[in-house]
This record gives sequence, C-alpha cells and structure tokens, in this order.
Amino acid sequence: MKRDLQKAGIDSNLRLWLFVGVAGYLLLPWYGLEDFWTLGWVISFPLFSSDNPSGLFLISQGDSLWILPSLLTFLLSGFALRLPRANPSYSRLLMITGLSTVILVVTQGLSIGIRGWTTDWLGELFGPLNARQYGMGYGGLIFTVSALMIFCHGLASRPRKGADLFVTGAIGLVTAVVSVFVFFPIFIMLMSAFRTEDGGGSLLLFFQRLVEQKLWQVDCLVGAGPCGVAINSFLLAVSVGVITTVLGLCFALIIVRTGFRFNKILRALSVVPIITPPFVIGLAIILLFGLSGTVTTTVAEWLGLNPTRWVYGFTGVLIAQTLAFTPIAFLVLIGVVESVSPSLEEAAQTLRADRWTSFKTVTLPLIRPGLANAFLLGFIESMADFGNPLVLGGNLDVLSTEIFFAIVGAQYDQSGAAILATILLGFTLLAFYFQRFWLGKKSYVTVTGKGDSGIPTQLPKRVAIPAISIVSLWTVFTFVVYGMILYGSVVELWGVNNTLTFKHYITAFGLDWKDGIVWSGAAWDSFWTTMMISVTAAPFTAAVGLLTAYLLTRQKFFGQNAFEFGTMLSFAIPGTVIGVSYILAFNVPPIEITGTGLILVISFIFRNMPVGVRAGIASMTQIDKSLDESSATLGASTWATLRHVIMPLLKSATVAALVYSFVRAMTAISAVIFLVSAEYDMATSYIIGRVENNDYGLAIAYSTTLIVVMLLAILLLQFLVGRTKIGRRHAELESI
Amino acid sequence: MSQVIKTNAADVRFEGVSKIYGKDAVAVGDIDLTVEAGTLVTLLGPSGCGKTTTLRMIAGLELPTAGKIFVGGEDVTDLPATQRDIAMVFQSYALFPHMSVQENIAYGLVNSGMGRDEIAERTSSGMDLVGLKGFEKRLPSELSGGQQQRVAVARAIVLEPQVLLFDEPLSNLDAKLRRQVREEIRELQTGLGLTVVYVTHDQEEALAVSDKIVVMDKAKIAQIGTPVDLYDRPNSVFVADFIGEANILDCDVLSLGESESSVRIDNYQFAVGNVIPEDREARLAVRPRNIALSSESNPDALSGTVKKVSYVGSHYEYTIVGTFGEIFAIEDATLPLKSEGSEVSITFKGRGSCLVPS
Ligand SMILES: Nc1ncnc2c1ncn2[C@@H]1O[C@H](COP(=O)(O)OP(=O)(O)O)[C@@H](O)[C@H]1O
Ligand SMILES: [Mg+2]
Repeated sequence: MKRDLQKAGIDSNLRLWLFVGVAGYLLLPWYGLEDFWTLGWVISFPLFSSDNPSGLFLISQGDSLWILPSLLTFLLSGFALRLPRANPSYSRLLMITGLSTVILVVTQGLSIGIRGWTTDWLGELFGPLNARQYGMGYGGLIFTVSALMIFCHGLASRPRKGADLFVTGAIGLVTAVVSVFVFFPIFIMLMSAFRTEDGGGSLLLFFQRLVEQKLWQVDCLVGAGPCGVAINSFLLAVSVGVITTVLGLCFALIIVRTGFRFNKILRALSVVPIITPPFVIGLAIILLFGLSGTVTTTVAEWLGLNPTRWVYGFTGVLIAQTLAFTPIAFLVLIGVVESVSPSLEEAAQTLRADRWTSFKTVTLPLIRPGLANAFLLGFIESMADFGNPLVLGGNLDVLSTEIFFAIVGAQYDQSGAAILATILLGFTLLAFYFQRFWLGKKSYVTVTGKGDSGIPTQLPKRVAIPAISIVSLWTVFTFVVYGMILYGSVVELWGVNNTLTFKHYITAFGLDWKDGIVWSGAAWDSFWTTMMISVTAAPFTAAVGLLTAYLLTRQKFFGQNAFEFGTMLSFAIPGTVIGVSYILAFNVPPIEITGTGLILVISFIFRNMPVGVRAGIASMTQIDKSLDESSATLGASTWATLRHVIMPLLKSATVAALVYSFVRAMTAISAVIFLVSAEYDMATSYIIGRVENNDYGLAIAYSTTLIVVMLLAILLLQFLVGRTKIGRRHAELESI
Repeated sequence: MSQVIKTNAADVRFEGVSKIYGKDAVAVGDIDLTVEAGTLVTLLGPSGCGKTTTLRMIAGLELPTAGKIFVGGEDVTDLPATQRDIAMVFQSYALFPHMSVQENIAYGLVNSGMGRDEIAERTSSGMDLVGLKGFEKRLPSELSGGQQQRVAVARAIVLEPQVLLFDEPLSNLDAKLRRQVREEIRELQTGLGLTVVYVTHDQEEALAVSDKIVVMDKAKIAQIGTPVDLYDRPNSVFVADFIGEANILDCDVLSLGESESSVRIDNYQFAVGNVIPEDREARLAVRPRNIALSSESNPDALSGTVKKVSYVGSHYEYTIVGTFGEIFAIEDATLPLKSEGSEVSITFKGRGSCLVPS
C-alpha cells in the first residue's frame, strides 16, 4: 500500500516542477527584481504588458529571442512522463534536459548584458548586438530553479542508486546558491583584480601590484617608519588571535574546572560582547583613552603632561578587538573543554600523574584542535573587522579600511580594492587551510552521549591562579567599558560638557504625534530597515545552515567532501571581501541587486550560514542515526523524517542559529558598509557615519538601544520557540 | 489473538547477495537464503560476521552490492526502506524521544496515509497486544527498558508488515527479562503468523525461539537448519562448536552405514548417528554433556586423567587429558565427584556425538 503512494508521489513531483517552470515562463516578468519587496507588477498583469514582460511575451514580440532555446529544452523533459521510471532513459532524459536548460539560461545571462555582448570576442564572433538585457526577474528565477529541480529529479531516479528526491533536490539547491552567492562573486572579484585601467587584463600587472612595497614593507618592526598594510593586518590578526585564544581558554577552564564564585556572572558576561556591534567597544575605548578620554585626562593631569592621542593606532585597535572577540574564543573553547571526559584525567591520575602533569599531558593535547579553531576565529574576525580600525586606527592602515577607501574614495579604484581583498582572502584561506588540514586531522573529541561518572578535575594551582587573575581583570575592564557606553549615551558632550541629558536618545528616536505617530527621530529609518532585513535573513540563514548540516551528517553522496569544503569555505571569507565581491558581481546582469535590500539579506545569509551549519552538525551528531532509519522503515519519506523527527529534536540548535544570524545581521558592519544604499541604510553604517562626524553622543545612544533591542529579541525568540521535551533515553540494563 | 491487527506475512529470498563496503571489505559474501512466510528465522553468528548487514539489506537500509532480494515473490532489490513493507525493531529501539508512546506507535500508520479512526483503533490494539494499556501519554524516557522495547515492537506490528526484523532485541535487557521477552516475541509471532527475521549472537536464544537458524561465519552462511538439525547434525567444526559447544576429536571411521557409522578412537569403538559422504575426512564432535565418566577402569573405553574440576552449582565441569588430547565434560552434581589427578574411563552417551567434515 505504501509503495503505490510513493510511486504516485514521484511523478506528481515532476509534473509540479514542469508546471511551475512553464508558469514562470508564461506569467511572471522575466526581467527585473528591483522592487523585491513590492508587488506592484502584479497589477499590470505581465502576460499582456510590455512593462514587465513575461518570457513568452518577450518571444512573441520577437524580443530577447535568446531565451527561447531554454524553453525548448525544458519542455523536452516532459517526455519523461511517458517513460516508465525504471527505464534508464527516464533519468537520463531528465538530467540532460534539466542541465542543458540551466546551462542555456546561465550562458545567455552571462553573455548578454545592458550594453549587448559582455565581452568583445562574442561580438567578433556573432557580430554586433543592439539588444540589451537586464537582471533576472521572478520569471527567469523560477524557471531556472524548476529546471534545476528537474535535473535533480533525474539524478534521484537513476536506477540502483537508492537516491532520494528530497536529498538530491536539497543538494542541488544548496550547491547552486553557494555557487552563485559565494563562488561566483569571489571569482568576479579575482577577475577584476587582473583588470587594467583600459579594461584589458594583465597577469604581470596583477603580480606587480600584489607584491607592491607599500603593502608588504616591514619597517615598523625595525623602528624605521610604518609597515605595509598587509603586514599591519597580519600582525594585528595574529596578536588578536593569540590573545583572545588565551583569554578564552582561561574563561573556559575557570568555568568548567574551578568552583570560582563568579562563574555565573562570567558566563552571562561572555554573551554581552556578542550582541554588541564590534566598533562600540572602540567607541568606549575612545571615551576612556581618547584625547579627551577619562583616563587620559586624569593621568595627564597627575603627571602634568598634555593629553595625547596615544591610544589611536595598533594599541587601541588591539584592545578593542580583544574585548570584542574574546567571547567568541570562549564559546568555542568551553564546548571543547567540557567535552574532554573527566574520567580521562582521573585515569591519568591513577596512573601516577599529578594534576599538572595530567593537565599537560591529557587535557591540553585533547583541546589543541579547539585552540586552533579559536585562534582561527579570532584571526579571521580581526582581519575582517572594519569598525574598530576605522574609529581607532589613527595612522594605522589595515586591509579592511584600505579596501573601503579604495571603493568609496575619490579614485574609485575597483581593481585596487580587488587586489587588497584578494590578499585579505589569501590570509584567511591560508589560516583556514592550516587549521583544517594540519590540525584538523587530530581531532579526538567525540561526543558519545554516554554518561560519564567522572568529576571534573580541579585545575592545578599554577594554571588556576594566573587564569583567575587575568579573567578578573578582563571582567572589571568589561564592566567599565559598558558603564562608559551607558554613561556616554546620556552626557551632553563627552569630556567637554558632562551634564546629563536624554538629548541623544530624543534626536535618534523621537516620536511626534500629528494625526498619528510621526517617526521624527533621525535613526528610525535605518533602525526599521535593519530590523526588517535582519528578521528576513534569520530564518533563511538558519534553514540553509541546518539543511546543509543535515546533508553533511545524515546523507552520503558523491562529492560530499567538496560540498562540505565549499559550504565551510564561506566561513573563512571576511565580510569585507564579501562586500567588495558583491558589489562587483551583482551590479550588472544577470543578477542585478546592488542597492536593494535583497543584496543585504543575501549577504547575511551566506556570511552567517557556516555558523548554522556548525550548530546543526553539533546537535545532529548527537541524534542517534537509528532514529532516521526506524522512521524510514515506518514508511516516512526523508522529508517527513526531517520534519517530524529531526527538526523537533533540533529546536535548541534552531534557536541558536536564528539568534546568531539575527544578531550578526544587526551588528555586522564589514560587508554592510559596501552594500548599503540611500534607501536601505543599516543601523551600523549610520552609526559609523555619526562617528565620522564626531557625533559620539548619538552614535553611542543608538548603539545602546541596539544592544537592548537584541537582548529583548533573544528572550522573545527563546520564549516563542521553546524547548523540546525529551528525557535521556536509557541504554543501560533495566528491569520492568 | 487480535481482530484488528492481521498479517501480510510474506517470504524473503536472497539470490547471490553480497555487500562490500569500500573496495574490498566484504560484510556479506554471496548469500542464498529463503525465509518462508510465517516462520521465525534467526541469523546467528559471532560478532562481525555480517548479521546486521544482512538484516539491513532486507529492510532496505543498505542496498546490496550484488545479487537480488525478493519479498513476497517481488524483486525489491532497488527499493529504499521507505517503500518496502518491512518493519524493524532496532537494537537501541530508536523510539522518537519527543513523541509519546501513542504517537510513536501511530507514526508509521500516519505515514501510510491511514484515516484517523483506523489509526486510533490500530494503535490501541497494538498497545493491547504488547500490554502497554495506560501508558499512552508517556514519553519514552519515562518507561523502563522492557517497556520501551514493547513500544518498539508495537510500533512495528501495527503496520502489518510483510516481514518483521529484530536486531539483537534483548541485548539491552537484563538476564531475567530476556527469557520473558523472547517468549513474548515468539508468542506474538506464532499468534499473528508473522514472518520474522531475528538477529542474535546468543545460541541459546536462537535455539529457544527459532523455526530455523541461519548460522553465519565470516560473511558466509555456514549452515541453515532447524535447531535440532544444527545441534545433531552440524556440517562443520565451526557450527558444532558454536551451537552448544563441542569437543572436536580425531577418529578413525570404520564403516559408513545408511543411518549409522562406526567410529573408533584408540581402543574405544562406538556408533554415531549421522553419516557424511565417504570421500571426506571426518572428525568427531562430542557435546560436553554427553560424556560419561567412571572411576572404574574399562578396557573398551577411553582413559584419561582429570586435570581440573570446578563446581558450578548444579554440575561439575571437568577438563580431562589423555592420548586423544583434551576433553571438556559436564556431569551432574548428583554423580560422584572425580577428584583432580585421578584416572577416569570415558564413554560417550547415545545422542550428541556426530561426525563433522574436517
Ligand atoms: N558502514 C560500514 N563500513 C565499513 N564496514 C562496515 C560497515 N558496516 C559494517 N561493516 C563491517 O561489516 C562487517 C559485518 O558487520 P555487521 O553486519 O554489523 O556484523 P554483525 O554480525 O556483528 O552484526 C564487519 O566486519 C563490519 O566491520
Ligand atoms: Mg550487529
């Protein structure tokens, strides 16, 4: 009985995609996604309109005839409905027609742009072309996706492969979106790094610019002037990576391995910087150590010196980034430290090792992969950080800010920005490579889910005492920093006029009442845009991330390693690089979304997806695989299993992914700064703009508001999603 | 037994089925096997011999590398698990921890698109069958191991599968419960007339529940037969030793008869009940419980020295050495004790000795 149901399901699925694809072609506007949020085009029904013509309408007018072949190959796939499914031609036909449709659409999209042919040799080959085409619209999008799904359908129905429709579809979709939104823009960026001013390409020039003295000089190390931009970034990132890793380890060890009294506070404290836009710490540092900063002026008065701008530069950025990124290292390391089974150290102790020896010989080697991971994160975050170097950098030039100025500055040097971004990407990819292939192989920590009767061993004194001192200092400092932020938001003008006032809040978030609410505050626009974009991006990020995690942990398929590498790679791509590559890749057809809200949403999805993947993988490996299998033997399709069995057990991972992507979207700056437009300005870029105008009060008030909003949002989300009620299953012996 | 839950029992047939992991890790090598409808067949063998893999291929959780699988006469080789009419009780039970007992049992019924009333009816009679009335709303974590197992069984049988599979179903239960649960499984199987394939590494369990036992060794089938067949007429040293332990001794075969053969070891000559083809070398397999020891010397029997005795409650276990090698024997504790170092004469009692090809 269940077999017949399934067979019917398979063909109806094919019919569905055929129908959707044809409908997209017939009814929806082929071009133009510009007004993604509005549905104005619905009114002028596209079949009969020349404003938003559908694919069919275009062809009937003799326009854009190059989209015709793809329709023909697409329709060809319909013949599969006449073939029996067991026939090998069934799957072959679907694979060939589906894939050729996709290839045809992509090829024509890439070769014909706003000004006709996109490259000269095409023009030479086919003669000049007067027609033009714009970015892809709903029609083109839906049609292409349908073709892709038909290809996946063909893959899934190859005889004797045991493939599943849902799984191949999901793999196809994830591969496609990652290719389009991660690899394609990076590729375009690399291409434009080769581009010379006259529009040609030159390998030699590329290498010349890549190794330029200005980038790589190391004079600062010998005290003979400034270092190159690349060297600055590298030194900063290494320092930040090392320091945050050490601090994070101290935190983790103290919380897991000591009875330190303030453990609860430490845990809570570690979350706060995550919901803080990173440059806000930089602002606080200015309030403390800047020219008119509290500490600077006080000390200067004591010593009878003139206050200086000493903090601006390497020191300041280092302090700010350390404060901002230590919690990330902590979160990585606490998981690792907790997962080292206490009985291992107990065993070492019964084997005559004292506490220090067993810590050194057992625990440390076991957490080494975690340390590498934490370092990598700190390294990448520091490399990508844009806000802190901008507010605190002074004369220190780093890659991320230089890239920004190359793009927005007077010279608008695209290929210069691309070259810098290539270097930045090179650094992070190298770090990623080392972490993965050099240390990654030595990952011993496995979560077995077995109960462990061991008790966490107390930390040896010679580790505990320094750790507690460092952490206490850090904690006090963090409190001071946040105190400053709060206080700074309610004083008139820092260091000049210290009267308390709500002026900044009113300027930013004022409300008037004139026939209804008037959002008169200056910040409302960017605030609501930020909210809307973050809220839109979060569920997609979580979905793509968890789906990918599911495919990686629960399915076996050809090319799985490459797939995993590809999805995790975007993790090593700094936001700055994403920003640059997106504006280079997506301001021309076939995907023309620069200046829209959509590009922000998409950049957040792919920037934050790897974290969703990690959260998903971590919790999915803890769900016994026999649950999937028993669900399958009980007649559930893969999709039903995912929905009814896996997802309910993944609620906390889902919350984590949602919260994380929401928060990251609210606080992100490095990619955002390139992608915002007058219409879609984000909170962070607005704040940075205020800082550049020395309007610190407003900037800090706005930041404080963001922090509070995120806290509330996290609480709300936790409350809404709730937790899955499950007990531990008993695997031990038991009687009735 | 139950009015609501019936059976669709079907037979299972393997034709030259192999499963190879990676390039050359043979988990199952070229197996032919038939499980008749309505019978309980056990796959028995030491750990790693390929039992679980075989079972999973029936379920469709693994696809064979070569060969064909038929269920109810239909070729299901290429069908994935979802599309087969086969249910399985997992070693870990694999109950969905976030669903109540009732939801767990109804899960498969919902997937097969059944109406609400029918689901309710079947679920409740399924719970009746395994004696879980009153536990509907509990979560799996709120049940004992034995109860969890019943849920797993109920969840499978309400689907009226063509074949029901068990992978070491008793391994997470304590010793006392094992006997009870295996009897319940057998009762359910005969009561409903189910086709059951049951995996275990415990020969006692296999002998107790099976219609037929498939003994597996190193990815191959060593022998298929009823429990009595396997015990009385093992076809190899491996099977003789794996089922009920055996002393394997060299012997001279004096004559091969229609139903009896005459055999001699040293000066001890006796008859064994089965025959093997003439052209093959044979050894003798003797069950420890079929050895009679006597302190009186007997010129027509084997003689040996008691090397070790241990008392294990109801019986004595002896290790005896002699020209034939070493023999392990078990005697009732009511018989007189033969002390360590003493000379004994050894004879083999009627049934329980047999020839096996060497
Ligand atoms: N996924 C796998 N990959 C490689 N080898 C496997 C896999 N699953 C099982 N094996 C190997 O196949 C053989 C048979 O395994 P299995 O069927 O689980 O044995 P058992 O009889 O104990 O149930 C074993 O040697 C095992 O190591
Ligand atoms: Mg097994």
